Amino acid sequence: MRHIISILLENESGALCRVANLFSARGYNIESLTVAPTEDGSLSRMTLVTTGSDKVIEQITKQLNKLIDVVKLVDLSEGVHIEREMMLIKVRTLDEGREEVQRLSDIFRGRIVDVSDRSYTIELTGAGDKLDAFIAALDEGDIIEVVRSGVSGIARGESGLKI
Amino acid sequence: MVADFFVGGSNDPGEAVLELSGAEIVIRSLADEGVEFLFGYPGGAVLHIYDALFAQDKVKHILTRHEQGATHAADGYARSTGKPGVVLVTSGPGATNAVTGIATAHLDSIPMIVITGQVPRAMIGTDAFQEVDTVGITRACVKHNFLVNDVADIAETMKKAFYVATTGRPGPVVVDIPKDITDPSIKIPYKYPKTVSMRSYKPAKKGHARQIKKAVELINGAKRPMIYAGGGVILGEATKSLITFTRYMGSPITLTLMGLGAYPASDKQFVGMLGMHGTYEANMAMHECDVLIAIGARFDDRITGKLDDFCPHSKIIHIDIDPSSISKNVQAHVPIVGHVEPVLKDLLKALREAKAKPDKKGQTAWWKQVAEWQGKDCLRYRDTKTVIKPQYAIETLCKVTKGNAFVTSDVGQHQMWAAQYYGFEKPRRWINSGGLGTMGFGLPAAMGVQLAHPKAQVACVTGESSIMMCIQELSTCRQFNLPLKIINLNNGYMGMVRQWQEFFYEKRYSESYLEALPDFVKLAESFGHVGIRVDKASDLEDALKEAFKMKDRLVFLDIMVDPKENVYPMIMAGRSHHEMHLMPEGDAG
Repeated sequence: MRHIISILLENESGALCRVANLFSARGYNIESLTVAPTEDGSLSRMTLVTTGSDKVIEQITKQLNKLIDVVKLVDLSEGVHIEREMMLIKVRTLDEGREEVQRLSDIFRGRIVDVSDRSYTIELTGAGDKLDAFIAALDEGDIIEVVRSGVSGIARGESGLKI
Repeated sequence: MVADFFVGGSNDPGEAVLELSGAEIVIRSLADEGVEFLFGYPGGAVLHIYDALFAQDKVKHILTRHEQGATHAADGYARSTGKPGVVLVTSGPGATNAVTGIATAHLDSIPMIVITGQVPRAMIGTDAFQEVDTVGITRACVKHNFLVNDVADIAETMKKAFYVATTGRPGPVVVDIPKDITDPSIKIPYKYPKTVSMRSYKPAKKGHARQIKKAVELINGAKRPMIYAGGGVILGEATKSLITFTRYMGSPITLTLMGLGAYPASDKQFVGMLGMHGTYEANMAMHECDVLIAIGARFDDRITGKLDDFCPHSKIIHIDIDPSSISKNVQAHVPIVGHVEPVLKDLLKALREAKAKPDKKGQTAWWKQVAEWQGKDCLRYRDTKTVIKPQYAIETLCKVTKGNAFVTSDVGQHQMWAAQYYGFEKPRRWINSGGLGTMGFGLPAAMGVQLAHPKAQVACVTGESSIMMCIQELSTCRQFNLPLKIINLNNGYMGMVRQWQEFFYEKRYSESYLEALPDFVKLAESFGHVGIRVDKASDLEDALKEAFKMKDRLVFLDIMVDPKENVYPMIMAGRSHHEMHLMPEGDAG
């Protein structure tokens, strides 16, 4: 099962390494991982997408909690939540294909953020499967470059992951 | 000699501010933590610290002959006292040599602080002389590590290091200190923090009342209860509570390799060690019990054997301070996270209040069954007057030391025999590398034990292969007059490797025979110690007595044991508890 684990982490050098190290040392999967400081400069927020059986996910959360730099964590998949991912995608566009790509981008509510004679760069935000669908809708040969941010997530409702 | 950096600097208000250099702060912090011994080896990056060390005598430095020896010695000190072991080594090779000892402590949850020198901050990342990324290298084998970036952070980091190492599930902590922040010319005001709190680290203490209630319900009316306790009981100083609890239960109790001594071996409720080389009765009782109470033990693969067939008829109550130990290998029905001592007390109180007890009739039948298994006499071996059986050597050691010695061991057959045949009555007397299985551990660990207990009998049970891995420490023993007794069970083989090759590789003894072994008697003598060779069983007891009579000398007993002896009973790897192999009839005598 796919799980989104959201982690508050001390914003210290090596903290990210400890998390990454834990996953490689114990053979857990990481599908994606994003990390950046929060409004409190001493804390980073990390969103980690992983897959595993319930038993494995239980171990992952326990092992993460055991890391001294991990302040708090929550498995967002246990409740209703929002997840978003941002993608920058550069597409080769020639002649009539140019209009087609623009139309597709509109349908997916993307924004064209850079234009050259032969390409568009589109910014697209949404859940991962929406980004996948957009990529699938394009002609594979026309894709020059794909950059995805990895998933960020937050729980719905009033409560938040705070210290 | 009292260094001037020991005058002042207390937390008393009104006292003059004490200004110290980073190097002085390191040493002063150790003194303020009450550290007696610092095990180490100097080098470029820690020279300022060694200079501060030179100016005082509160913290006694023990110069080992190799950084691995320093870490194991600190480890042995910690295991035998319950206090953290402290190590000081230089950058680069100093730090990498310490890694084996750090990992050894980590796997057995031993509190240890390892201070490593680092190249000056400006040179970090430049592949400078003797530079390694110590924090990166040790990350996977420490409880936590720190790179100190500012002289003003040293005292607080030291406080945190001791706090993290000694609380919760203990473990080693590395503090990496760049040379330039220990510069003697830069002085800052010193005050050692009285307390420390870390928002991201709050170890559990008491167990959850609801879980304890569930445990009481399971225990009440249990017909075949079984207690399985491990090293956590010793680390948590919970021996007395374990004994009271076990008496109340009236059930059999088994201990892991790490737990030996947590419950007196001579007690009638004790059914011996469990696991791969555990007793027949302990393993059978694990297999047949209906309620298992696991206390400070972590269901290691050497304990459980085949997981699918582990305790198949049993509900499991698991008490551990580390939540990640619970349901990692074996699913617990009642998990109790907490410090073993308060949890056992609360559990016992709850049992008494509820008048909950195992079923009397059931338990009588259970003990009858256990007695039947005990009747197999699974540790029996054929004794001879000529060839020295290693089991006999350990039994004799136990007899001569009245079961009262501190016994360290290396890793292999001798380790298992020591665990099986030396009856440990008290905690912190059996000191071995159970988790990592580090050959070379025994001798330096014994040094740490002897330093902590100068009058005690300390025996290092080893083999000719293991002892060679840290043999240089004989020199340390001479310098500090450590009167250890080295019990070298010499069979000329890496015995456990040979045993597995006999069983599983059709006797192809690939590289497990040591050619060109030294003359250990002469070797010991060349280091200034006493060496005695014993090759007849009838001479052994007298030789041991003679050795222990020499109270101020290290005696190296080179005991020529039966080279073909195997460790029994044995559960083959990946098999389950009821599939034990006992010693073949002809050999069991």
